[in-house]
Amino acid sequence: MAFFDSLGGYINTDISLATPILLAGLGLLIINRAGLLNIGAEGTMLIATIMAVYGSYISGSVWVGLIFAMVSGAAVGALFALLTVTLRANQTVVGAAINVLGSGLSATLFRIMFGVSSEVPAIDVFRVWKIPGLSAIPVIGEGLFSHMPMVYIAFLLVPVMSYFLFKTQAGLNLRSVGENPKVADTLGINVYRTQYIAAIVGSMIIALGGAFMSTGLTKFFSEEMVSGRGYIALAAVVFGRYKPSGIMGAAMVFMAGIVIANILMAQGAGIPYQFLNMIPYVLTVIALAAFAHSAVAPAALGKPYKRG
Amino acid sequence: MKKSDSTKLKATMDGVLRQCLVSVSAVIVAILLGMLLILLMGKNPIVAFSALLQGAFGSMNSFAETLVKVTPLLFTGISYALANRCGLTNLGMEGQMYMGALAAAAVGIFVEVPAALHIPLCILAGFIGGGLWGLLAGWLKVKFGASEIITTVMLNTIAIYFIEFMVTDPARMMEPGGVSGQSSPLTDSAKLSILLPNTRAHWGIMIGLLCIVLFWLFLWRSKKGYEVRVSGFNMQAAAYSGINTSRNILLVMLLAGGVAGLAGASEVMGVQGRLYAGFSPGYGFDGIAVALIGMNSPIGIIFGALLFGAFRAGGNRMQMKAYVPFSIVNVIQAIVIFAVVASQMLLEIWSERQLKKQPKQQDA
Repeated sequence: MAFFDSLGGYINTDISLATPILLAGLGLLIINRAGLLNIGAEGTMLIATIMAVYGSYISGSVWVGLIFAMVSGAAVGALFALLTVTLRANQTVVGAAINVLGSGLSATLFRIMFGVSSEVPAIDVFRVWKIPGLSAIPVIGEGLFSHMPMVYIAFLLVPVMSYFLFKTQAGLNLRSVGENPKVADTLGINVYRTQYIAAIVGSMIIALGGAFMSTGLTKFFSEEMVSGRGYIALAAVVFGRYKPSGIMGAAMVFMAGIVIANILMAQGAGIPYQFLNMIPYVLTVIALAAFAHSAVAPAALGKPYKRG
Repeated sequence: MKKSDSTKLKATMDGVLRQCLVSVSAVIVAILLGMLLILLMGKNPIVAFSALLQGAFGSMNSFAETLVKVTPLLFTGISYALANRCGLTNLGMEGQMYMGALAAAAVGIFVEVPAALHIPLCILAGFIGGGLWGLLAGWLKVKFGASEIITTVMLNTIAIYFIEFMVTDPARMMEPGGVSGQSSPLTDSAKLSILLPNTRAHWGIMIGLLCIVLFWLFLWRSKKGYEVRVSGFNMQAAAYSGINTSRNILLVMLLAGGVAGLAGASEVMGVQGRLYAGFSPGYGFDGIAVALIGMNSPIGIIFGALLFGAFRAGGNRMQMKAYVPFSIVNVIQAIVIFAVVASQMLLEIWSERQLKKQPKQQDA
């Protein structure tokens, strides 16, 4: 069976493609759970794509690139918190502006860092780490255990995040800020500080997703390379019912669209490639429409909290 | 009666003045920060900005180019503002614009009617094309509770791919024997005429200004518009008071999408003369900043469109003469938005403090 032979490859592709969306979704989840609605994941990721490339370029190590990306994510998160928590500005507007900033800043930084030459400099990128033993298992070995380190990190973050959110005091505090900041405040939780930390840490995780796009999935930066994945991650959080495991499933379902498109294209099905390219976006809309009602968002999501 | 009218007028004037102050100071802050960024790049910010101004207003031709860029921004700015007045966040102007362009181009290429009818028909098609795409997002929200913030962005990408699909095959709209990625030209009777002789400035801007008037009439002079604004303040309260908010969401998304569709129609009919794949440099997303800086008001949108239209027209010259990348325009645009919301909130927090102080003074 040709299909069974390539099944491992399909799973591998799906998981790799799902990784940036999973990371962005997990980052957004922390921010959402603290009651902040951040639609700026796209811009946060875009800035991270160029910062990761630059860090890797000047140091020769992709891990330094990752640190650069996380620092840029932290800065964006701090800006978001300053405007939405301290100044109580409209969160949707600030998020939209972060996306405009990301598009402009990534392109501008690229021109500053690499000039106008059309030559693509060689940078250090993530390489596949086969897990000894496990990667030899047929199908599953190729599908699950032959990935770049960022993929393992992203998927390991899922149980870590679940444990943090639902089994630790800090996670409970975070969630109570998102559900009812007034009550949280009277219980002695510092609402503003919690939201700041959530915005900064969440944006750093979102930035990891961007970094993986330019140093893992591809080997360099190109303008607008995130192409809507920041928004797909927003949908993944809703579709995943504000739970880490749900987001993981959502990311894999959305990106399965691309895998299916590739299979169809390889088999020479007469579907124009533009329609195949649409699949993940169409899937996102359908999933959102089908599950928006049943997803329970944090009660105070998007509402600025005013003390006193 | 007279007295209350005059105090009311004074309060409105104060509000308007305050809004102007916020917008103007935000623009100044953003330009200064933009200059700082250019300085950090090791370029001369004065040279860069004078090149930008030259490119935007330096000659009749460059002024006309600014008008060309202002035109779509008027439409997309109105589109965002209209939805926002109803409490919705329409990020789908880009896609609605593409669908409007597609419909207008289809009527402009394939329908043969006298010129007097052809232009209105194309414009109507553009409105309907964009309007239906906007309505789809509204329907997904009303029927399924799907957030329009996400669905409109997804529909943008879908629309852009769909237009690419339409102009890459001669069996559809691609010019037979022509280049892939562009449609056949519109018939001459469907093209908007030139406003300023020997330039590219076309009559589309007049349609845009007409839409500004209609936008004002609808929101501030009609019962429906009043309902929409009430919903924008508090959707739930509006629903309790008997306003059919679902129907209003559908109506507003249809109108907002339609106006964004006109941006596409005027690009195709006034500038390009055909439908190109990926013809927009992001006019749809610019609409957000245009509406924000204009505080969702008719006059404000005109100034917002003029500002960012000038940036777009002058940005190319800045890139050529001062070697400052065009993309800095987007950075400045983002800073403008940050500065607008920040100064607005600072003013609000400041006036709250003033209010808190007042009773204490009376006690003393």
